[in-house]
Amino acid sequence: MGKLHTEHRKIAVPGDLLAEGMDFVPSMGSYRDDEKVFASTVGIVDIRGRVIKVIPLNGRYMPMKNDVVIGKIKDIAYNHWSVDIGGPTDANLSVSEGVSDYVDLARTDLSRYYNFDDYIVAKILRVGSDGFVQLTTKGPGLKKLRGGKLTEMVSSKVPRAIGKSGSMITMIKDMTNTEIIIGENGWIWINGKPEDELRATLAITKINEESHTAGLTKRIEEMLKKGV
Amino acid sequence: MYKKRFDGRKFDEMRPIEMEVGILEQADGSARFQIGKTIAIAGVYGPKEMHPRRLRKPDRAVLKCKYNMLSFSVTDRKRMGPGRRDKEIGLVMNFALGKSIMLDDFPKMGVEVHTEIIQADSGTRCASICAASLALAHAGVPMRDIVSSVAVGEVGGSVVIDLTKKEEDHPDGATDIPIAYLPKDDELTLLQLDGKIKPANLSKAIALGIEGCKRISDLQKKALRKKYSSS
Repeated sequence: MGKLHTEHRKIAVPGDLLAEGMDFVPSMGSYRDDEKVFASTVGIVDIRGRVIKVIPLNGRYMPMKNDVVIGKIKDIAYNHWSVDIGGPTDANLSVSEGVSDYVDLARTDLSRYYNFDDYIVAKILRVGSDGFVQLTTKGPGLKKLRGGKLTEMVSSKVPRAIGKSGSMITMIKDMTNTEIIIGENGWIWINGKPEDELRATLAITKINEESHTAGLTKRIEEMLKKGV
Repeated sequence: MYKKRFDGRKFDEMRPIEMEVGILEQADGSARFQIGKTIAIAGVYGPKEMHPRRLRKPDRAVLKCKYNMLSFSVTDRKRMGPGRRDKEIGLVMNFALGKSIMLDDFPKMGVEVHTEIIQADSGTRCASICAASLALAHAGVPMRDIVSSVAVGEVGGSVVIDLTKKEEDHPDGATDIPIAYLPKDDELTLLQLDGKIKPANLSKAIALGIEGCKRISDLQKKALRKKYSSS
C-alpha cells in the first residue's frame, strides 16, 4: 500500500514528491521514478482515487483530438489554410474539411472562404505523432467568427471558466448580455455591446488569475453585479 | 591565507538571494534571479517549431540556450554580440538544464531559453542557470527537477562559496568552480574547473556547493509557489 505525500488542490512544483508506491498512477504533469511519483510541472494537485494529476498553471496549449478551438488564419496555400491555434505549431485546415461546396482549386481564390486574419471555430480532427494538427470546420457550432473581441487565458484553466456543467460561463453570458465561445486552446471570443464585452473580458481575466482559489463563481458574480 | 572575507561573510555563507517569477509579458515563462550584485533574467519561448529545420530531432525537442551579458553589466563596457565565452556558457547551460527537462515529450520541437545578465559580480553562469530553470518551470515545460547552481572555489587557500569579483581577483590566487545540481537525483550537471585547487579542497568545495544548491533549490520552489499562492 502506497503513501501519499501531498493533498488534493495543493500547489506542486517540479521535483516535488507526490506519492510513494506502485499503486499510485502518474498522469498529466507527473512522472514515476522507481517506486515514487513526482511532479513535473507547476500546478494544482488533483487526486482521483489512485490517479495523480498536476493541472498546470501556465504553459502552451498542447493540441488534442476532438478539442474545439478558436484559430486565426495565418496563411493560404494552394489547397489548405494554415491556422494559428496557440499551439507549438500551426494547424492545417484542408479545403475538403473547411468548405462543403465543390471547389475548383485552379479557378478559386481560397480567400473568399477564409481570408487572412479571419477567426474560426474548428475541431481538431487528428494530431499526428510528429505534432501535425488537422482541423475541420464541419460540425455543429463550427464556423467563421464575425465581429466580437478575442481574449486569451491559459488553456489548462478553461474548465474553470466553463464551470460545473457550464455554470460559470452561463452566468457571465447572462449577466453581461454577451455571446461567448470558449476554445479549448484558451482563446475566447466575446460578442456584444462594447461595454459588455469589456465586462466579460475582465471577468475572464479574473478567472485566469485566480483559477486556483475556491469560491470563484461567487466572487465573479459579485464583481459583475457591482459593475466595473 | 584568506582568513576573513572582504564582505564579512562566513566561508559557507552565500550572498543574499532574491528571485521573482513571471516578469516578462511576451515570454511563455520568465524569471529574475539575483545573488548579491549579480542579476540575471531569463525568458523561455516554446515548445514551438524548431528553426533551423536541419537541427530538428525526430524523437525529441531541442533545447537552445543563449547567454548574454549586457554592455553595462560590467565596469568596462562589454562589446555587444556573442563572443567565445558567451557561446561556451550557452552550451554548458544547455548541458546543465537538458538533463532535467523532459524533451522527449515534444518531438521535432524547440525550446528557447534566453538569459541576460544585467549586472555582473561573478557567478553569472550560475545565476543564469537558476533563472533559466525558474523560467522553464514557469513556462510549463515538464521537468524532472528544478536545477540550482552556485559557484564555489578556493581563495588564498580557503574553500569558499559564492565568490565575488573582488575575491576572484585575490592577489594570493583564486579558483572558481561553478556547480549545477539536481537535488532529487543527487546529481551534478555542471562542474567546471579552470585553475588550481588542492585535491582535498576540491572535494570539500563540491560538498559545500551541493549544500548551497540545496538551499537555493528550496528558495526557487518557494518563489514558484509564492507566484500562485498570493491572492
